[in-house]
Amino acid sequence: MINTFIGNLGHLMVILAFVSSLITAYSYYQYTVVPEIEKASWRKFSRIFFYIHAVSAISIGVILFNIIHNFRFEYFYAYSHASKALPVHYMISSFWEGQEGSFILWIFWDVILGLFLIHTNKSWEGPVMVVFSLVQAFLVSMILGVVIGDLKIGSSPFILLRDVANAPIFQMNPDFVPEDGTGLNPLLQNIWMVIHPPTLFLGYASTLVPFAYLMAGLWTGKYKEWIRPALPWTIFSALILGMGIIMGAYWAYVTLNFGGYWNWDPVENASYVPWLIIVASIHTMITFRKSSTALKTSIVLIILQFILVLYATFLVRSGVLGDTSVHSFTDLGLSGQLLIYLFFFMFVAIFLSARAWKNIPTSEKEASVYSREFWIFIGATTLGLMAFQVILPTSIPVYNAIVESFGGISNMAPPADQIEFYTKFQLWFGVVLALLTAVGQFFWWKKMDKKELKNALATPYIISLILAAIIITVAKVWNITFMVIVMAATFTIVANATILSKLLKKSTFKLAGGSLAHIGLGLILIGVMFSSGYSDVISLNMSGLTYKRDWEDELNKENVLLWINQPLQMKDYEVVYRGRNKKLEGVPGYVNVNKLESTDNVNEAIALEDINVNGKTYHKKGDKVNIVLEENSYFEIEYFKDQQHQFTLFPMSQPNPTMGLISSPDSKHFLNKDLYTHISAINSYDDPEWGEDEFYEVTPGEQFHLGDYITTFEGGEVMEEVEGVELEEGDVAVKAKLVIQDHDKQIHLDPIFLIRGNRIGKIPTVNHDLGVKIQVDNISPETNKFVFKANNYQKDYVVMKALVKPYINVLWIGTIIMLIGFGVAIYRRYDEFVKMRDKGLE
Amino acid sequence: MKKGHILGLGVIAVAIVIIVSSIGDASSYESFSTAKAMAQEGDDDPIHVVGQLAKDSMGTVTGLEVSDDKTSFTFTMVDNEGTSQQVYYNEPVPADFTRSEQVVVIGSYKSENMFVADKILMKCPSKYQETELKEASL
Repeated sequence: MINTFIGNLGHLMVILAFVSSLITAYSYYQYTVVPEIEKASWRKFSRIFFYIHAVSAISIGVILFNIIHNFRFEYFYAYSHASKALPVHYMISSFWEGQEGSFILWIFWDVILGLFLIHTNKSWEGPVMVVFSLVQAFLVSMILGVVIGDLKIGSSPFILLRDVANAPIFQMNPDFVPEDGTGLNPLLQNIWMVIHPPTLFLGYASTLVPFAYLMAGLWTGKYKEWIRPALPWTIFSALILGMGIIMGAYWAYVTLNFGGYWNWDPVENASYVPWLIIVASIHTMITFRKSSTALKTSIVLIILQFILVLYATFLVRSGVLGDTSVHSFTDLGLSGQLLIYLFFFMFVAIFLSARAWKNIPTSEKEASVYSREFWIFIGATTLGLMAFQVILPTSIPVYNAIVESFGGISNMAPPADQIEFYTKFQLWFGVVLALLTAVGQFFWWKKMDKKELKNALATPYIISLILAAIIITVAKVWNITFMVIVMAATFTIVANATILSKLLKKSTFKLAGGSLAHIGLGLILIGVMFSSGYSDVISLNMSGLTYKRDWEDELNKENVLLWINQPLQMKDYEVVYRGRNKKLEGVPGYVNVNKLESTDNVNEAIALEDINVNGKTYHKKGDKVNIVLEENSYFEIEYFKDQQHQFTLFPMSQPNPTMGLISSPDSKHFLNKDLYTHISAINSYDDPEWGEDEFYEVTPGEQFHLGDYITTFEGGEVMEEVEGVELEEGDVAVKAKLVIQDHDKQIHLDPIFLIRGNRIGKIPTVNHDLGVKIQVDNISPETNKFVFKANNYQKDYVVMKALVKPYINVLWIGTIIMLIGFGVAIYRRYDEFVKMRDKGLE
Repeated sequence: MKKGHILGLGVIAVAIVIIVSSIGDASSYESFSTAKAMAQEGDDDPIHVVGQLAKDSMGTVTGLEVSDDKTSFTFTMVDNEGTSQQVYYNEPVPADFTRSEQVVVIGSYKSENMFVADKILMKCPSKYQETELKEASL
């Protein structure tokens, strides 16, 4: 039965959230401008309305999750993003698979941040919350779902399927509810996709906090006081957004099959650019806190990072990237609204800053080359240029769209090899940053002149040169660019480690944030360089001629075809494909599909034999077992070295009805490298087109060629009972025992022949791995000969790709250290803010 | 000159390098005929060609040939000007290939009759978007 109540309730909550955010904005405006005596009542009123907004915003999320979780497929959102087969944690992913859900997530985080700010601020509450509530009003309007004539405001997640679909079934039966939804994009069925979007959106949402403090400061004339409360939040944004980006990269590495963690896809760039600007703004804000310079730069950067987040949202959600990105959303008709949102805040920010500009204090003093301000400023400039270098080509589709909207024709396309294009710039910028952080940190902690600088840097410099030389020799880095990277990175690591050890000696861990983050940067550089620069495809196809002889040199085939059980040499390893597996609930590891027979129910199968793992029996023959996502197959690939079995990998693939084959790699993690394996193509296996009938007449003990296989007919055996058939008095059942030798593996096929009176029954045996179907066609007792009828299909195979990613762990460790550094810095800066506030100064 | 000015000039210089190189490395959307003309003039920079897979009247994809070892294939693509061209791609057939509404190939002519794609971008009706409601599933 259709439940329209819950959707109406959801829609009501959306409207309530929208209206309450506007009222909150207005009342907080009043609270800020009215005389002291009236403030208390306006504050109470504003808070009540923000709470109403918070409750309604959270209800929107709860209601949408209820719709997904209870499989209310009468709703379009549940129908198009969920399905019954999904485990609960993937239903959470379904929630934010669609644009509407992700906006709800964003709204939710802003609410949490807003509540936090209300209760941690004194004088800032009013003006900051005006900005907050206005942003909320814009965000909620994205899911408003109001259509007035041609004007569409927002896209509601609570619309019914029958209102969207033109299917004739709704004319016959308006209350029709589909059995199952279309499900979650299989690429998103990954644990990282459950936690990556909320992290990323918290990062996006939190960029609002420093922006709101800045706007509040510009508005109320506190041109420099805003920095103190904004600084911990800016670092928080850098931490969370950075973490979200890395989770996305890790997800790409473990789930997607482009063979890496970063592809310079426009959507990835759109999150990386604001992050760079946030990091730059942290540096200028810290400089300001120390020496009252760089205030104007900080203002520009804080505005820029917020606007860039909105621009990123626009790029990803407006459909403008349709031709250039593999994973942008399509247009929901919200692009106009997103642009209004972007321009509104851009103009407000420009207006407020322009108005305040001449009153903003600047330092007239020229920064000396031996001052930290100078070096940090260069660092921030480098970060800004990095951001510029990425966003400029990423916006190519936008230029085309603009030119076309004026009636022109623009056929500019992004660089053909994005990875090479962006990397060649970003790596060098990275080197510059590493050098700057090494030198800059010394300036930071001490006043320096030429001589002192030499003294301070000499030891770290020599140590890092020795270290770099060792790394270069041991890891065989014979490329000049990479040598420079190693040297710059070790220099920053050593220099910052020196500072860190000095700080720790004074037991001021609170101050260690900067040096930790910079050590992280050095490690990231080394990790990226090795894992990408020295990434090695080992699955080179040596099988024969390439397509055209004249391009032979250029076209290495990076995939290999593996027939089941047939070993293949691949660089140092010999690999063998051993067949398909499924994952069962409660059973460790994987279970071969030949041991399972699927039933008509979703994710359910019957065990065809006992399921034992490590000596323990988990299921008896004939038991019903539950498969974890039946669509997923795990392809067993054994790796051998010098005839010795080394390890087995199980890359996953899912033949998806709407998207085709979706593959997720599996990696063997070594301390110093990852061996990454993924499936590029598989044999379609479910409904084989059997070849023509072939007949073989054999006597027991005889060997014959069944297709390509040498097959031994061991003989017939009279059976007492046959599975699935009730044997009657006088029935004769004979099992023919056939053994096929497929390389090192023996496969038994036992077709059965039944005689009841003058009727006969033939029970064939099918082996999907070998692609063979065989049955006993006749038995002639006089000649003691069995006649077999066989049909062939294709032997099972996979096409796979294998890469070695050296020292990728250095990258992950580096990011973790950098994030810890941010965490320490947040603690320090927030502590400062709280102390000042409690003194009544904020 | 003040240090600030030198710095400013340096930033502007780097920015100009970035802009020039972005324009220089930017590719372009072309048709097969212009791509061929470019290749004949010795310009083998990779370009983007947008088009569809060749299909027969039943809507089945035609001209798709997979190599014996299944690790590469050729297909026929029709660009937006209607030129039909055989394209070689040195990777296994992407799984949702035959379902794609639109294909973008990035590559160049390696010989007179063969366009070699370094990369293929596909736009599939169902990828990352709200699924079109299919009658069959109802």
